[in-house]
Amino acid sequence: MVAAKGITRGLQPLTAEVAAALPGQLGVYEVVAEGQTVVIAHAGGHEPFGLRSALTDAAERWPGATFRYETTHAYVTRWQELLMLHEAEHGRLPVANADDAHRIGGLT
Amino acid sequence: MDFRPSDEQQLIVETVRRYVREEIEPLEHDLDPDAGDLTPHDQARLVAMTKDMGFYGLDIPEEFGGPGLDVTTRALMAIEMSQHRAGLYNPCYGTFGGAGLAQLYEATEEQKERYLYPALKGEKRGCFALTEPSGGSDPARAIRTRAHQDGDEWVISGSKLYISGADKADFALVFARTSDDPGRNGVTAFIVDTDTPGFHVERVVHTLRSTHYATELSFDEMRVSQEQVLGEVNRGFAIANDRLSRQRIPYAAGCIGVAIKAQEMAVEWAKSREAFGSMLAEKQAVQWMIVDNEIDIRHARWCVLEAAQRADRGERFRTEAAMAKLVASEASGRVVDRAMQIHGGIGMTKDLPLERWYRELRIRRVGEGPSEVQRLIMAREILGGSFK
Repeated sequence: MVAAKGITRGLQPLTAEVAAALPGQLGVYEVVAEGQTVVIAHAGGHEPFGLRSALTDAAERWPGATFRYETTHAYVTRWQELLMLHEAEHGRLPVANADDAHRIGGLT
Repeated sequence: MDFRPSDEQQLIVETVRRYVREEIEPLEHDLDPDAGDLTPHDQARLVAMTKDMGFYGLDIPEEFGGPGLDVTTRALMAIEMSQHRAGLYNPCYGTFGGAGLAQLYEATEEQKERYLYPALKGEKRGCFALTEPSGGSDPARAIRTRAHQDGDEWVISGSKLYISGADKADFALVFARTSDDPGRNGVTAFIVDTDTPGFHVERVVHTLRSTHYATELSFDEMRVSQEQVLGEVNRGFAIANDRLSRQRIPYAAGCIGVAIKAQEMAVEWAKSREAFGSMLAEKQAVQWMIVDNEIDIRHARWCVLEAAQRADRGERFRTEAAMAKLVASEASGRVVDRAMQIHGGIGMTKDLPLERWYRELRIRRVGEGPSEVQRLIMAREILGGSFK
């Protein structure tokens, strides 16, 4: 019933080399490790090089993981939407988003 | 007309101004430029402060435990409360509390016990579901959501668009057509629990206001009891319309706060930035923009306070509230636009709040009734007729 859509771009290896080639724009991303989404996050206005620097940091934190991203100016609301979508599909938030529950509602 | 604040109003204004500058603004240095909320710790700390100040629940009527502010004082506070980055749509991050949904003050005692009092205590949240995909400027005629009676129950089917807070709400005020009358006399308001089977939050709607989303709702043969009707059957639009009129004064005042802050930034920048051998402030092109800003701000403030004072005197204020909303939303948009022009490149960046205000103020010319509808309201009153 829920009409919201997740990130449609395919998963890529999360390595420093791949991250370095990303655009320095604002956006959202999802990191997947061992088949599980471990975090849904955004590269916001304080990020020095947008998605590029955010995912370079993520590559250090989750070596061997994969990721997908989306560039968007509405990174806060899109991030919240992706969290709600994940919760609607899996019944819980990704592990690294446990403290974000108060920021979202629910899609039904 | 004398718009000088009383000593008490001046004290309140200075208290709120200090609160914004000393408590809210410093927190925003560390928040994302599009952030919409504080950490739960800061939120709780600041709510405790506003409660100590006696200002929590500003819009709650005195008989329900609110501070009992008059409209003018409330407008003066709104002008101060919006003077920070998130201030236009989330003044002081909601640390002054909400009022629940004003329509519930007219509810039955049983409905108040179930919805209003828990909302005032922060135990339940409500949302206001009026606008539909078929149009928002003329809601009375645009409502396609229908409700029909089936025994003791009402069955509601349809959809709503641009609804704020529905995904976090415990209940919704849902407006549905309940008769063949195509206008305002065929609409009924229902209080619907959001866990009612058939109530769906379909999707997030992204807008220019990228810090806060609206939602799209659908109702699939949603069954509610007779006790869920708010007010009278087929008289629900009056409930919605009352809210739309009363909201306009603080809504307009919030726009002015942002304009004042943008002007303050523009003046400071013009006096410190040099180009072509002199300060920007010495150039006539910049001086005129600063002056035009000041005229816009004072004009809007005059309109808002005139509407507020008429409301406080118990006089008709429908035209004045429409004028205040129209003038303040449009003037503030111009002020922020000029402030960005004076700042040049940095004015376009997320390093400053101007770009966020620019986007959000654009919505203000449409939200709570677009400028054209405000003109229609004034024309009806001035010309003394009710036009189809």
